Amino acid sequence: MSDITKQSLTELVENIKNKKLSSTDVTKAFIDRSEKSEELNAYITNDFTSALDKAKKFDQKPNLNLKLPGIPMAVKDLFCTKDIKTTAGSKILNNFVPTYESTVTENIWNEGAILLGKLNCDEFAMGSSNETSFFGNVQSPIDKNLVPGGSSGGSASAVAGQLTPVTIGTDTGGSIRQPASFTGIVGLKPTYGSCSRYGIVAFASSLDQAGPMAQNVKDCALLHEVISSYDSKDSTSIDFKRNHYSKELTNNIKGKKIGIPKEYRVDGMPKEIEDLWQKGIQYVKDCGAETIDISLPNTSYALPTYYIVAPAEASSNLARYDGVKYGFRAKGENLIDMYEKTRSEGFGAEVQRRIMIGTYVLSSGYYDAYYLKAQKVRKLIKNDFDEAYKKVDAILTPSTPSSAFKIGEKTNDPVSMYLNDIFTVPVNLAGLPGISIPAGHDSKGYPLGLQIIGKAFDEQNILNIAYAMEEKINFKNKITDWWIK
Amino acid sequence: MSKKDSEYLINRKDNQYEVVIGLEVHAQVLSESKLFSTSATKFGAEPNTQVSLVDAAFPGMLPVINEFCVKQAIKTGIGLNAKINKRSVFDRKNYFYADLPQGYQISQFKDPIVGEGKVILDMPNGQKEVGIERLHLEQDAGKSIHDLDQQNTFVDLNRSGVALMEIVSKPDLRSPDEVNAYIKKLRSIMRYLGTCDGNMQEGSLRADVNVSVRPKGSKEFGTRCEIKNVNSIKFMQMAIEYEANRQVDLIEEGKTIDQETRLFDTKKNETRSMRSKEDAHDYRYFPDPDLLPLEVSEEFIEKLKNDIPELPDDKKKRFIEEFKLSPYEANILVSDIDTAKYFEEVVAKMGKNKDIKLAVNWITGELFAVLNSKALEISQSPVSAKNFAILINLIKNGTISGKIAKTVFELMIDGDKDPQNIVEEKGLKQQSDPKALEALIDKIINDNREKAIEYKQGKEKLFGFFVGQAMKASGGKANPQLINEILKKKL
Repeated sequence: MSDITKQSLTELVENIKNKKLSSTDVTKAFIDRSEKSEELNAYITNDFTSALDKAKKFDQKPNLNLKLPGIPMAVKDLFCTKDIKTTAGSKILNNFVPTYESTVTENIWNEGAILLGKLNCDEFAMGSSNETSFFGNVQSPIDKNLVPGGSSGGSASAVAGQLTPVTIGTDTGGSIRQPASFTGIVGLKPTYGSCSRYGIVAFASSLDQAGPMAQNVKDCALLHEVISSYDSKDSTSIDFKRNHYSKELTNNIKGKKIGIPKEYRVDGMPKEIEDLWQKGIQYVKDCGAETIDISLPNTSYALPTYYIVAPAEASSNLARYDGVKYGFRAKGENLIDMYEKTRSEGFGAEVQRRIMIGTYVLSSGYYDAYYLKAQKVRKLIKNDFDEAYKKVDAILTPSTPSSAFKIGEKTNDPVSMYLNDIFTVPVNLAGLPGISIPAGHDSKGYPLGLQIIGKAFDEQNILNIAYAMEEKINFKNKITDWWIK
Repeated sequence: MSKKDSEYLINRKDNQYEVVIGLEVHAQVLSESKLFSTSATKFGAEPNTQVSLVDAAFPGMLPVINEFCVKQAIKTGIGLNAKINKRSVFDRKNYFYADLPQGYQISQFKDPIVGEGKVILDMPNGQKEVGIERLHLEQDAGKSIHDLDQQNTFVDLNRSGVALMEIVSKPDLRSPDEVNAYIKKLRSIMRYLGTCDGNMQEGSLRADVNVSVRPKGSKEFGTRCEIKNVNSIKFMQMAIEYEANRQVDLIEEGKTIDQETRLFDTKKNETRSMRSKEDAHDYRYFPDPDLLPLEVSEEFIEKLKNDIPELPDDKKKRFIEEFKLSPYEANILVSDIDTAKYFEEVVAKMGKNKDIKLAVNWITGELFAVLNSKALEISQSPVSAKNFAILINLIKNGTISGKIAKTVFELMIDGDKDPQNIVEEKGLKQQSDPKALEALIDKIINDNREKAIEYKQGKEKLFGFFVGQAMKASGGKANPQLINEILKKKL
């Protein structure tokens, strides 16, 4: 079967269960395509040889009751994988091989999936274009020299380019949804506390969440069902009743109330984004849902709030990379000198910028004015959503204020880079689930996404809405295989 | 009570200065595992053998609070008569050091688990109340070892992440003696509670000492200096003496005192500047986003309250009332939990017809002397409470004299022997048969006729001679009281 890599996860699982395909067939197909796709630079580390061994082993004694039987899968290089180098896209972890497995990836392997390799990402997940990676930028399968978005850029590129059937990313301010939107795929950021953070290289602990990225909503639901679990090893993990998201998936959203927040109509937003949003509103109405105009008055404060809270936490989270215990170490005259050289050489410019911002906002004399105030605004942003959810079941917005941009276009303009996250950041600050689904193309033919934001723990609802809309939108991703010679 | 006499003042030509001391005691929580990981906490293990991925701060590792340590902190708070905060917050204290793997210490800054409390000190001139400002939980750091290699520093992370309670006193202490009493009292309370073993040699208890001075009678505090990480009471006292005098000298010379952190050099017996206020670290405290605020319910606290054993103050009160002990005696017995335990066991084993005063004298006298000479804790006493009680009863019921008892006690030490067996084997039973003693005394008077006449003529000193003779003749076993009575009658 030459079109194996074009199949959705759901189809692949079906075909393996029906023995129409073996795990080896599927694994081989994705390895072949991955090997032909070096130009995308989606992988930091591949584990193809061992993946094929595992696939063969699976086929010898297939357990077809598993949810991901013999399915090969590459994952973002922010997830610690036992005995496989885990870099977080940074020079400072270039030689780091964990002796342990993250809970989320453990859940995936426990359901029968097989690791293909580790996917490129912005350094420590800090970026919106995958250009901050020590291992070079990632190309988008949509077009040459186009960014795939970030920080889960390698993940988005790998799914859209069919290098992996599905994948997982992490989302601190939009790092799953924005690249999903840029590459025409589906990406879900779950409720904070739904997926364990154990074994994920931390960026900003109070915002980080792992989530699935897939070709379609059903695949996304299935993978989410696998990765979401209560974990006593993560104190912020929440023990709530989790759905069988894929089984309970329905396109019946009749009578659902969908909020349309006026504050997301930002200055300078391209008309095609506005048009896309209007189309989205029409789609949900066509599905029998009702749209209601709502207000999230503190939306404009979300981005500045995020760029205080996230760097503050990051500045502390990244203190452990000091050259003492593991990872890169530069030679120094003494301890302080070694620290300075290790961290100056080991961290890239964007990471250093955020460490400095974070250190500054936590400094005595500035703490109250920045960090404490940001925490208060964060509460207000959450309150906005709480108020809105008294009237509506979910909220529909564009995923990003623009489509993907060219590599290098925004490298020297961090603020315009940060503006990419304007619609996704409030969701992280409020700890809510949000899903981005492909909804159309801009004039250049680049994908555009819509975001559905749900109540906390209400992933099923936004998956259902996404599922219903997906049917109406009938999006076709334009993948030309431009990078394959 | 003349409080004035015992006031600790530093005297200069025309001026007298009062010393104001506040302590930040770091007490290691008695717990099998660390504050946020499951690693063991045994003292003296091989370097880096009690280190988990969390303790070494590997990427993606997360802290999970050890509920037992929380209970220990709350129990200690209850023991300090303190307010237990139902909601407390763990913060990160950020700084770089080779033995601090995370690059921050998880501590409690704004919202500690325990608030204000107090402890009572028994000073020679009466009781003194010392206020507790707060108690919070925090992680210990690892250990940097600089002297094993010329080029490199070695790091041992066994201690990294071990739970500490930082107990902050109010600036209520006024002398090295009060500091001594305060530390001993804290240690006593925590040992009663089983929340800290108080072992200063192993570093389970150490303190930062804040010292300032002010003219006697002044109400305002002077500028304080903090002496870091002092690990024995003696050193604390020496450091305070030195530091207070140093500050007074500066004032007398018309100079100002800089607020700074100082180190105590135990070899030179002096404090030295470590860093000034300007160089103080900016720790960039903020709530640890990996941990939710710690919330405990009223029921949780109540349950712990019910588990609190009788503490030294209450025990002392009871000993005084129940056993008619003097406050001084009671203090000695309750200050160490093992002494109190031993004493209470002795009391229990002595049965109905017991002489508690006698037991107390023997514990604080003979037993303590033996423990001292052998450098043993009372928990390692070579004489069990049971045999000790039997010995006291043998004295009480006249089977042996106090003098013989000392001989018996010596023999008991080797192998915790039953004193009854010793008395029987060695034939040490006291002679209390009046008829036998009368015969014995008749013979002595007969043999010493001249002396007996001298005595009757008024040389009363000779009475002691006859007692001595009688004791000698009985091999020391004669009941001295009976000897006295019979001699008086016969002479």
